[in-house]
Amino acid sequence: MPDKKEFNRDSISNTLIVAIGLSLVCSIIVSSAAIILKPVQEKNEEEFRQQIILDVAGLMQPDVDINVLFESIDSRMVNLETGEYTDAADPDSFDALVAAGDPTLGVAIPSELDIAGIGRRAKYAPVYIVRDGAEVDQIILPVYGKGLWSTMLGYLSVAPDGNTIRGLRFYAHAETPGLGDQIDKEPWRAQWAGKLVYDGGDEPQIRVVKGVVPADAAGARHMVDGLSGATLTANGVTGLVQYWTGPHGFGPYLKTFRDDRATRAVRPSTLQLAEVTTTNQLGHHDE
Amino acid sequence: MSEARTVLIDPLVDNNPVTLQMLGICSALAVTTSLLPALLMCVALTSVAALAGAAISALRHRIPNNIRIIVHMTIIASLVILVDQLLKAYAFETSKQLSVFVGLIITNCIVLGRAEAFAMKNGVVMSFIDGLGNGLGYSLILISVATLRELFGAGTLLGYPVLELVSNGGWYEANGLMLLPPSAFFIIGLLIWGIRTWRTQQVEKPEYQIHEVHRTEVF
Repeated sequence: MPDKKEFNRDSISNTLIVAIGLSLVCSIIVSSAAIILKPVQEKNEEEFRQQIILDVAGLMQPDVDINVLFESIDSRMVNLETGEYTDAADPDSFDALVAAGDPTLGVAIPSELDIAGIGRRAKYAPVYIVRDGAEVDQIILPVYGKGLWSTMLGYLSVAPDGNTIRGLRFYAHAETPGLGDQIDKEPWRAQWAGKLVYDGGDEPQIRVVKGVVPADAAGARHMVDGLSGATLTANGVTGLVQYWTGPHGFGPYLKTFRDDRATRAVRPSTLQLAEVTTTNQLGHHDE
Repeated sequence: MSEARTVLIDPLVDNNPVTLQMLGICSALAVTTSLLPALLMCVALTSVAALAGAAISALRHRIPNNIRIIVHMTIIASLVILVDQLLKAYAFETSKQLSVFVGLIITNCIVLGRAEAFAMKNGVVMSFIDGLGNGLGYSLILISVATLRELFGAGTLLGYPVLELVSNGGWYEANGLMLLPPSAFFIIGLLIWGIRTWRTQQVEKPEYQIHEVHRTEVF
């Protein structure tokens, strides 16, 4: 075939045609796939995140639609600096990582406070409040920080005393499979339930230790067993829990719960006698 | 038709991309800690290898020689992104475990190797079958390794308990080494040993003979 012979596929014009044509076709395929599948993917991400929130709250039930279960959870935005609720952003669509990088929505974390290794954080953060009737049953806080390889993102559930941990779960991380990824495996994460964050003051005392926590150690209630072979991941978990429960994280917000408990303890009911109040007050101070 | 059959069957054992050509070892170590992600990875790689083979073969008379690797990479990368997006949409949980490894199919030597060695010289249908065969050869190894690792490392298969673990009141003490990357090396090594014992034609001729020094040669 003489035509075929004349066709020079190494000519500059053919090189350009193939390069440009192929780039165009491929980019159209890739971008249309991304756009068409985006709604499904976002729904997956959202459901997975909600599933983790429900799981850390202990509300997960098999065979029940996640969205139905999630409706019982009250999402609010908190101003981290003051610890008060705010309506500055919508908790359901708020992206803390994007907001952290935003010059108006985010703040830089002073390096001496940045134990989670995240550099910046958003001014506001969503919290998820689980109620049992009218009473708050638990507060679920989004937490994240650097581990050994990756940023670990998770949820910390705190009891309404603003001190007792109910659970900790991670929904995204890339720690070493088999070692660091134990942070989201059952035997290790179960230990967090019942641990106390604070010891009277406002500085979090909770931490992951090296090795096993001795049962009789002073402050064992603030300690979690280490992960052998994953010390740096475990240190990352300590850092992020301490940062987010600390004064630069949810500290002021959690303090409102601890203060609320304290005032409620001295005022059990407005109808009760002043005498009772005094005893309660004394009792509280003795603690 | 028999040629097509050879092209499809040959890479399964006799010309296996992993155990004979030693390609794609990286992902064989990384995604074989349990069976489900390994299966998904097999499907992803096989479809990319087959479709990339067909696409590159269709364009083979037009692809300029000096940018051919870039053209291969562009086609392979587009297919991989497509597969990755599909997995994120329809196999979300497992795609989280596979994380970066689906994206790394782009750099998998099997796909590029077949594009360069086969698809550039053969027809569309044959190249598709060749990609399929090589993908299946890779899958065969991946599935064997993943089965062994999940069974002995975690006592489960596809997440269902098979060997009752001591920690759950059973008898089997899980072998943690199986979940670490070195175990995949050991298993692949043993597989290669096994295959070469069975198919002795795979054993290379020694490149040199070790010369035994005779006493009389020594001064």
